Amino acid sequence: MKMNGAQAVLESLKKEGVDVVFGYPGGAVLTLYDAVYKMKFPHILTRHEQGAVHAADGYARATGKVGVVFATSGPGATNLITGISTASMDSVPLVCITGQVANPYIGKDSFQEADVCGITTPITKHNYLVKKAKELPRVLKEAFFIARTGRPGPVVIDVAKDVFDTEIDFNYPETVSLKGYSGEYEGDEAEIDAVVRAIQKAKKPLVFTGGGVNTSDTAQELRDIVQRLGVPVTTTLLGIGTYPADGEGFLGMAGMHGSYGSNMAIQECDLLLCIGMRFSDRVTGKVAAFAPHAKIVHFELDAAEVNKNVEADLRVLGDLRWSLPLLKDKLSKVPDDFRSRFAPWLEQAVTRAKEKPFGYVEEGEAIKPGALISKIGSLMPRDTIAVTDVGQHQMWAAQFFNVYEPRHFLTSGGQGTMGYGLPAALGAKLGKPDSPVVLFTGDGSIMMNCQEFATIADNDIDVKVVILHNCILGMVAQWQRLFYSHHYSQSELKGKTDFVKLSEAMGVKGYRLTKKEELETVLPKLLAEKGPLLIDVMVPEDEDVLPMVPGGKRLDQMVLGGKD
Amino acid sequence: MGDKVQMENMQKYLLAILVDNKPGVLTHVSGLISRRAFNIESISAGYTEEPEVTRINIVVSVESDRELEQVVTQLGKLIDVIKIVNLTKLPSIARELVLIKIKAGKESRADIKNIVEIFRAKIVDISPENVVVELTGQQSKIDGFIDMFADYEIIEIARTGAIALSRGPVPVKEM
Repeated sequence: MKMNGAQAVLESLKKEGVDVVFGYPGGAVLTLYDAVYKMKFPHILTRHEQGAVHAADGYARATGKVGVVFATSGPGATNLITGISTASMDSVPLVCITGQVANPYIGKDSFQEADVCGITTPITKHNYLVKKAKELPRVLKEAFFIARTGRPGPVVIDVAKDVFDTEIDFNYPETVSLKGYSGEYEGDEAEIDAVVRAIQKAKKPLVFTGGGVNTSDTAQELRDIVQRLGVPVTTTLLGIGTYPADGEGFLGMAGMHGSYGSNMAIQECDLLLCIGMRFSDRVTGKVAAFAPHAKIVHFELDAAEVNKNVEADLRVLGDLRWSLPLLKDKLSKVPDDFRSRFAPWLEQAVTRAKEKPFGYVEEGEAIKPGALISKIGSLMPRDTIAVTDVGQHQMWAAQFFNVYEPRHFLTSGGQGTMGYGLPAALGAKLGKPDSPVVLFTGDGSIMMNCQEFATIADNDIDVKVVILHNCILGMVAQWQRLFYSHHYSQSELKGKTDFVKLSEAMGVKGYRLTKKEELETVLPKLLAEKGPLLIDVMVPEDEDVLPMVPGGKRLDQMVLGGKD
Repeated sequence: MGDKVQMENMQKYLLAILVDNKPGVLTHVSGLISRRAFNIESISAGYTEEPEVTRINIVVSVESDRELEQVVTQLGKLIDVIKIVNLTKLPSIARELVLIKIKAGKESRADIKNIVEIFRAKIVDISPENVVVELTGQQSKIDGFIDMFADYEIIEIARTGAIALSRGPVPVKEM
């Protein structure tokens, strides 16, 4: 079929099952947007390219589908960088299509020219510069394949402006042929047999679940394995939701702001089954003293992650969709009565976790972040998707918001990108219209992409935005209190910004809560309202996120807090 | 290259990397090397017996097997990388080419010619003030050759970095 490059892009997206694009028009993509207009392609206009890429990221994390972004050349493309980097670190599948200046202008420092492939190489799984229109179908097919298979990640396609105008005979390839990439990762079954033997020998095994279980949609297999073994479970920040918050043996998140129960269990266990996680410095504490008594087993798809930060005693290299069903099957055939054998250890780990749960101290009329988040959790349905920004509120959300299902806790883990939350929340809601979506953000983070209230209002996207408003950059201030003699250097926000007016100016209703009793009297009504709204909640300035493992310390050297 | 302080316990390995001959592939490889802070001694690239495949030869300096494994697995993740083989761990022949331009008047030409003959190098250009010599060999031989000109004025040096093939009939692509 004859069509121009712009139409070919959209036809390719249709073939890939794309049901929405997030983007922002501009000079180099005018022809592409003309095709969007003519073909009535579903498109969400954000108010900033960074909003578009985070929205696509939220959509992708919530649905498991590839998020798609359009942006123009130069500044349009460079505004995507933070979002691409965020997606790359957290293995989120994106295809970002950017306009490039027309072929004759490439390399001439032309108006709105930037070397997009050069800039995005370190933060993409792969990228392309398309200079010939006939390459478009193959490149799009490859890009979607690369983005969604294996360890997912962002792919950038930079398209010269004249390519969109060039007529081609459109034929979408059925398959891809890449010499160096198959997207299939089936490993060595003997590695799984070795794990089964290790479990049979273990007395205190602990399951440590990570973002890979969310990404590969293998939470059910993980849960079945835990059920068979009867062992405690901890999680990384990105692993939240892979195991239900009220599931047997769940100890909560581990790491720098992880639970006492989880961190102590890691330090005590004799077998640590690490599944789809990458031993970030935020999770290990002092690496040399991480899980000192444990044989470490690493289930991992990406060979470069094995032995990168922590040396594994056993590895199972391969896709979790291959390894976890096999492990489950092999465990079912072993005559061992794991559950009764591990029962004392499970009991011990759970009891210890209950002794020192995440907590907070009530202070008069003040609304404590932990109380607020717990209350919202109790008021919202089990299938609520929680999205966060970055900072103290993010850690409190991870600690206090109970998540029951995979892909229901969306947060920027690896990059820790402030400003991620609002656009990611709207993307998640568009991807999962039947699930309630709540965003926890701070008065710092929300300002980094607050323009997206306009996108939410325009499209009536039902997101409940909860600002934990403490008039300070909370996590920065916490470190300044602890390690910089309480010097609040450039971290005070002074509280002059009226977030209710801000959101209302862009068409989203806003409310403010200042007193504890309003959690009972006002909050339930607000959350029950239909449509988007902002809830600006005043919280104390000097609240610390605890427990906390200071940098370079062992996980069991955490500073405790809360109710103990 | 080599902008890190060399450590005593650094080991050098020669990796043969087969990549798709596509625009941007060298950016992807060199970008990854700098991003992951790997220490590269030399890098060279050229066409192969298959027109769509480029062979990149890199010499890496690493402190441990674990670091070497990181280099190989991280490079292996690049979509355009087809295959990586560590030729240092196999019987192989490695060669490097050097061109050296040396200041040489009438009085020093004979001495230079002597050194060139001993090393089985070649004089490839000559003028009243200088000579250009060419030598192919292993890195250690080239280093020794350059050392011999310490007493002369070297105007400039161009080295290719090492390239290598395994011994025997099996090509890297079939390993």
